[in-house]
Formats: sequence, structure tokens, C-alpha cells
Amino acid sequence: MRSIKQTELEPLVRRANQIKTEVTQGGRKPCKDVIDVSWGDKHRGGVQPLTFVRQVLAACLYPQLVHSYKLPEDVRQRVQSLLGACDGGSVGSYTPTGGISYIQCSVSNFISRRDGGVPSSPENIFMTSGSQRSIMQVLKMLADFHNQASLPTGVLTAVPTYSSFKMMLQTLGATVVPYYLDEEQGWAMEVEELRRALQASKGICNTVALYVINPGNPTGHVQSRKCIEEVIRFAAEERLFLMADEVYQESVFGEGSEFVSYKKVLSEMGPPLSHTVELASFHSASKGFMGECGLRGGYVELVNLDPAVMRYAYTIFSTDICAPVTGQLALELMANPPRPGDPSYPVYAQETQSIQAMLVHNMNWVPEVLNNIPGISCQPMMGGAFVFPRLYLPQAAIEKAKVVGMQPDLWYCKRLLEEAGVCVGPGCEYGQKEGTHHIRLCVMTPVETMEEVLKRLKTFHLHFLKEFS
Amino acid sequence: MTENGLGHRERVLNVDTMNPNVKRIEYAVRGPIVQRAVQIEKELKEGVKKPFTEVIKANIGDAHAMGQKPITFFRQVIALCVYPDLLEDEKFPEDAKNRARRILQACGGGSLGAYSASSGIEVIRQDVAKYIEKRDGGIPSNPDNIYLSTGASDAIATMLKLLTSGEGKTRTGVMISIPQYPLYSAALAELAAVQISYYLDEDKCWSLDVNELRRAVKAAREHCNPRALCIINPGNPTGQVQSRQCIENVIRFAAEEHLFLMADEVYQDNVYMEGCQFHSFKKVLFEMGSEYSSVVELASFHSTSKCYMGECGFRGGYMEVINMDPEVKLQLTKLVSVRLCPSIPGQALLDLVVNHPQPDEPSYATFIKERTANLHILSEKAKMTEQVLNTVPGIHCNPVQGAMYTFPRLTLPEKAINAAKEKEQAPDMFYCMKLLEETGICLVPGSGFGQRDGTYHFRMTILPATEKLKIVLEKIREFHKRFTEEFS
Repeated sequence: MRSIKQTELEPLVRRANQIKTEVTQGGRKPCKDVIDVSWGDKHRGGVQPLTFVRQVLAACLYPQLVHSYKLPEDVRQRVQSLLGACDGGSVGSYTPTGGISYIQCSVSNFISRRDGGVPSSPENIFMTSGSQRSIMQVLKMLADFHNQASLPTGVLTAVPTYSSFKMMLQTLGATVVPYYLDEEQGWAMEVEELRRALQASKGICNTVALYVINPGNPTGHVQSRKCIEEVIRFAAEERLFLMADEVYQESVFGEGSEFVSYKKVLSEMGPPLSHTVELASFHSASKGFMGECGLRGGYVELVNLDPAVMRYAYTIFSTDICAPVTGQLALELMANPPRPGDPSYPVYAQETQSIQAMLVHNMNWVPEVLNNIPGISCQPMMGGAFVFPRLYLPQAAIEKAKVVGMQPDLWYCKRLLEEAGVCVGPGCEYGQKEGTHHIRLCVMTPVETMEEVLKRLKTFHLHFLKEFS
Repeated sequence: MTENGLGHRERVLNVDTMNPNVKRIEYAVRGPIVQRAVQIEKELKEGVKKPFTEVIKANIGDAHAMGQKPITFFRQVIALCVYPDLLEDEKFPEDAKNRARRILQACGGGSLGAYSASSGIEVIRQDVAKYIEKRDGGIPSNPDNIYLSTGASDAIATMLKLLTSGEGKTRTGVMISIPQYPLYSAALAELAAVQISYYLDEDKCWSLDVNELRRAVKAAREHCNPRALCIINPGNPTGQVQSRQCIENVIRFAAEEHLFLMADEVYQDNVYMEGCQFHSFKKVLFEMGSEYSSVVELASFHSTSKCYMGECGFRGGYMEVINMDPEVKLQLTKLVSVRLCPSIPGQALLDLVVNHPQPDEPSYATFIKERTANLHILSEKAKMTEQVLNTVPGIHCNPVQGAMYTFPRLTLPEKAINAAKEKEQAPDMFYCMKLLEETGICLVPGSGFGQRDGTYHFRMTILPATEKLKIVLEKIREFHKRFTEEFS
């Protein structure tokens, strides 16, 4: 337990909240407010929830609304179907372990449609409180990581990767087996590097799984089909359990980029791989257009697992009893949004197009602006929620950080927060090549906010360079 | 290479390579009998003929599933939070709107869809602390000691994880009651912690005897390092409400044996029997004076799933930690951050439970009427259940003092026990399966909760609607007679 490293981001965020409070109380500060772009959280950043989603949820919670309030017909019908699928007609009932069957079916149909008809079975889908919970439960099935008897057990994990995943591994006692993403190639994943990483781990730990996040966090990279095929082949050859975290799949707008799921690629690779490679694919209602992080709706689809293992999977998911029903409802609405011709469609289309326009704008514009700031470079953003630009910090600044006892990019972030009122994530939080420094910014943020963030960042950065030149 | 065929031989994750601890997990409430019940429901839907027309799921403590209605005020406020346009609608009372505005103000971007801090929204933790203070006659509660969670189960599992360490003889041992709610045994199996069972006394209405605690811990010290004592009060599955004296004895015992106390109090409003009263462990601890209140480490758990609101699906809950070592508290804070945050609607609902309408507010009248009715009906059903089951020869039922279940003892004929053994089933599983197949009533066998060797029980909820419950009890009576005759 003691081995879990303190996340660097939480104190920064706490300090950000502290400053926010001080500012509202009229405290003297260099900045007039704090803009927090360190979370992958649309609503926190100012994006509005989708009307259809909130109408359905509200009426499921308080069914009197179906009769008394002016709700579109498709909302009423959806509410009636969903309440009909809940025990006792209430969202306050427990649901079966994997989730409400009606919704498991919706999700599996969604997956099938997305993957051009590749079959999906509702019984292989387990809904949980956020995708993080299903990742944890799957990891628990793989090994008793705490078993000190033989070699420690490891999971191949990208550098950089988001910190909650690493903390999860630490909590379980699993070893991170790092594989480096290639910054110069837009943070691409290379199988040669996977091979090197696995080889380097031999004798040190027993690597059982390969964790991939596509689109990437914090990198914004979207894997090509070819890359996915190579990864699958590698996992099959090396007998690794494949974990594909695809929560940002709705957020792919870079030129020439296309999201294709690991499951689809696996299926199209044909037998024997398509029938034998064991895969867990994760998704959630937190990151797409809905952005409903707080509702905690996530799921895992387990593909090609041993039926005997599936029985244990059912048991371990059962110990949580079930996912929050509001999260399950969110997944249903993600899987089955309004369609053209539905009464709610015009508003839904307008809202999602507006979010899309914001993302497309930011994805193209933010790296460009960052690349034009001396001392900062940024890879193109293909998808996901974040950019992970590199900072070329003057040696004097790096020395100063050492004196203060902080990682240089953490120290940079702290100063950025205090002096410019912008909260971003420090590269050391996610991992990076020795001697390099980065920051992570969320771009799922309204354009005006992004503009202000970059303006302040540029001013701060130029000042910073001058101070340490 | 095994002979088991292509699939098994080629799988990376199979029963031999997987985490052996996961294989040891059993969770009877969702176990084989429930899976069979779900199958039967499917069959009924497909038109298969059975001696009954519906499956009655009296296996799980889910009030809404059995027809209990939600508390109007709670659902109004959450609906307002979810769809703030409704704040313009005059049909919603002003006090509901004020609660909603307050909650939304505390949410990122004013939306229930934003993440919160991992220990929960601060203003809600403050409200929880105030509730605890009021409940416990003014004993202070610090919001920093409150962690919101995904149901109480999440917090319980987190605490057990925090407490588990060591190897072999120094491996953490955790005391839990027999019978117990199987989340505890499941969590301990998964963590490979040592389960230290202490028996509740069926002949004394399932009360807890400190001598039994002493026996259990002494024996346990031979092979593990006892670190925690879990107690569920009011009890699940047994329904007993511990007396104040008993709680004091447990606290004293925990202090003597240097054990971390875990008090699962999710049924704290579900107290039915005359002369019984809920006493929170925290209150009793502090009333015992600083000799105990400054040293005994305690975690108390509560949730939105039970009591009078029965909002299981929201997965709302919290724990309050008392006298926790600051370094350990730091680790706890890190540990909860891994799962990001509990469901925001669940947090909001919890806020309403601890901050419900007051007498001077417009929604009070309806609220108090609904709450009183829900608790009253449960109380009536508790009495009826005990009475009816005790008229059945071969079934003995202790009074249902609180919670939501009855755990009657069954006298099973020798022949039945043998028939069960032949099927490699626990005798009470054999009984319950037969009951399910013949009547559609789904209960959970006592073997899923733990019981003294050679005794058999089942756990049934008292939650079905009164008329239905009457029928269920009648059917059980008839079934038991048939069963006894069949195996005589």
C-alpha cells in the first residue's frame, strides 16, 4: 500500500481550487481567475450536456414528467422502454450483474453496428461504475499480483500513459513494463518497441498483459489499422492478454485519421487469431459527445475468453452488485442516440455538431499555436481529448527546479498556475523519456476558453524563457 | 498440453493461469440459485409452462424491485439537477429547487456530469458530517473524515484492502460474523486475507457474545495477525439489533485486542421491534469517554440502498473514519482516487438523505408521510413473517428486530440431507432449488451466509408487497410440509 506514488496532479488541482476560492473572495492574485484544463472533463470545462440525454434521465428519475411536462415523443417512448426494463419500474432497483439486459443488448448492437456487422454478445458485456472499474476487475482476474512467491507480474504500459492506470497497477501490486511511444512519429506505437520492452522485462517479471489506449491519453494519437494488426499479432505470439481502452473513440477528427476498434481488426484478421486472441475492450459514456463523466457509465466487452473464466468474471463483477443505473442509462443513450426523423434529432444534431466543430477547431489549431511558441513543440492531434506538447526548458530552469526539489515540468506547472491561473498536467505525471519535459492540456473545451488558455500560456512561457535565459 | 480441446489449450487466461484468489470468491446473493431464477424467468417469458406464473425474487434486499415507491422529494431534486430547465417549472416545490441549485453549484461546470473530487463533493461531505452530529446527539464529525463511495460495498472493500498486509502467520485476519453478508467473505477471499469467523448466538436471537469474540481471536492468533473486526448492525441476514451494552462490550474488546472496528450500519433506520433501538458505534464510542474515544479506530458505513428510501440503483454511500493514523489516511485518499469518483447522482441522493425536508419546509408533509409509511409497512411485514414462519413445523424463525430479512432455521429430514449430498449440493441449497422449481420463489440458502455445522437456513427478504408476501409465506408453508413428507 505504501508504495503507491502520490499523484502530482491532485495537489495542483487542489491548489487550483484554493486559488479559485481566494479569487472569488477578492484575494490579491496575479491572475483574475483559474482555468483548469487538467481534467478530461467536458462539463467542467464548460461544454453543455446533451438535451435529449438529460430529458430522458430526468423523466426516468421522476416518471411523473412523462405525463406532466412537455417532452418530445421519442423521449417519452425511450423512458417507457427503459423503465419497463427496470425491476419494479424504478431506476432505484439493483440490476443484474452485467447491467440491465435491455441495455446490454443496446450496447452489443451498437458495437456490432460500429464494427460493420461483427457479432457481439450481450453476455460478454459488463457495465461498471466508469470504465476504470472494469479495467480494475479484469486486471484482478489476470493474476494475483501480490504473490511474492515467484517473479512479479507485469503489464505492458505505454510511456506516456495517464496516471490513474499506473496507480491502479500499483494498487494491485502489478509491475509497469514500460514501452515508449514515438514522439517524433506523432506518438505512434511501434511493435519493435513492444518487443524490446518485453525482452527487457524477461527475468525481472512475468508479463501477462498488454494495455493499449486508443485514441491515446495523453498523446492524442490514433492508431492505424496496420499498427493494430501488428499489435494483435504480437500479443498472440507472446501470449499476452490484450486490453484495449477505447473510451475516446468518438473523438477522432484529425485529417486522415479513423477510429477502428481492436475487435473489428481482430475479427477481420480471420481465424485462428480472430477466434483465439483474448481481448478486453473498454468504453464509457464519459468522453464522447455526451461527456457524462459524473454518471459513471462504463463497460467492458470480453472477447474470446475461456467459458470457465467467464463464470469467474461474472462472480467478480457480481461483488459490486451492479453499475449505477444512471450510468447504465447513459450508456444506452450513447448506444442509441436520436436518429434522423426522430423529434429530438434536430436539437441533438445541432448540439453534437457544435461540439464536433469545437473539437475539430481545437485539434487543428491548438498544436499549431503551440508549435509557434518558442521552446514548445507539439505533435499533431488526431483524436482523443488532450495534447501533450514538449517543453524545451532552459538549463537554468531545470537547475532551479532541482534546487526546489521538484520535477522541472511540475515546477513549471506550479508557476503557470500561480502566475497565469492556468492548471495543466505535468509530463512527469504521465511518464516521458529521460530529460524531456511535457505538459498535458485538455482540448475538449470551448474555443474562447482555449484561446484564453493559450494566450496566457504563451505570455507565461515567453516570460519564463526570458527569466532563465 | 491438456487433452481438453483446442480452446482450453490455447487460452492465455484460463483457470490455471488466472488469479487463484478470484476463484475462491463466492457471492451467494448473485450465486447459482439466482442465475437459475433468471433462467426460469426467461423460460416463463418464452411460454414454458410451470406450476407458477412469476418468479418472486425474495433473494435480494431491493425494495423498489418489490414495488416500494421512491421518496417523491428525492426524485424531484435529482430530476431538477439532471435537467435544470425544470427549475422554471412551477410544479416543482421551492425547497426541492433550492436543494438542486445548491448541489449544482458544487458540481464542476454546474453539471452532474462532471467528475468530483475522489472523496466526494465537499459540500455533501459537510452535510453528511452534520447529519452524523445530529444523529449522535452533537458528537462532532469532521467532513475530512468522510469519504463518499459507490454504495457502502465500495468503501468496505477499500477499507479491507487498506488493512490487508503481511505473509503467512503475519497475514491480516479479519473477524466477521457467522452468518454474514457475503460481500465480506468475498472481499477477504479476493485479498487473500484470513477470515476469522465468530458465531452469533441463534438461541439468543442472534446476539453477539464477547466470549465468542475472544475465543475466535485467540484461536486466530496461532495462524494470522488479527487486525479488524466487522460487525453489521442491524444485522444481515439475521436482523438483530445490538443492544447498547453489547456495542460497548465490542468496543472494549476491540480496544483490548487492538482491532480496527468496521461498523456496517446501512440498516440504521430499519428497526422494528419494541425495545430495540439503533445505537451508532461512533456515538457509543464517544460516550464511553476518551479512554476509548481517543484510541479505538473505527470506520462506520452507510448507504442510500436500504432504510426507507431503498435507492439501491443509485449506488450512493459513505464511510466515516475515526482515529485513523494520518499516514494511513493519506494512503486511503490515494486508494480512493484510483476509481476517480463515485456516481454524482448517488452523491446528490445521499445529500438529500442526510439533508431531508425539515418541518418548516413545503415538502415536509409528503416526505414524512412517505417515510413513515415505508418504515411502518416494513415493520408490519417483519412481524407477519416471523409469525407465519413460526407456525410451520420444522421452521423456526427468530424475531426480525431490524434490517430487511428473515433467516429462519430449517429442520431437514435425513433423507433430504443425503439426497443433497448425492447431488453435491449443500442441503439448504437443495431445499431452496426445489422451492424455486416448484413455487418460483427465490431465496438464498443459509450456506451462502455461513451457519453452524449441521444447521440449515435460508434468507428471505420481507420486501414483497404485503399481499404477495402473505402468498409467499403460505407457499413456503405448503412446500415445507410437502418436502418433509417427500423425504420422510
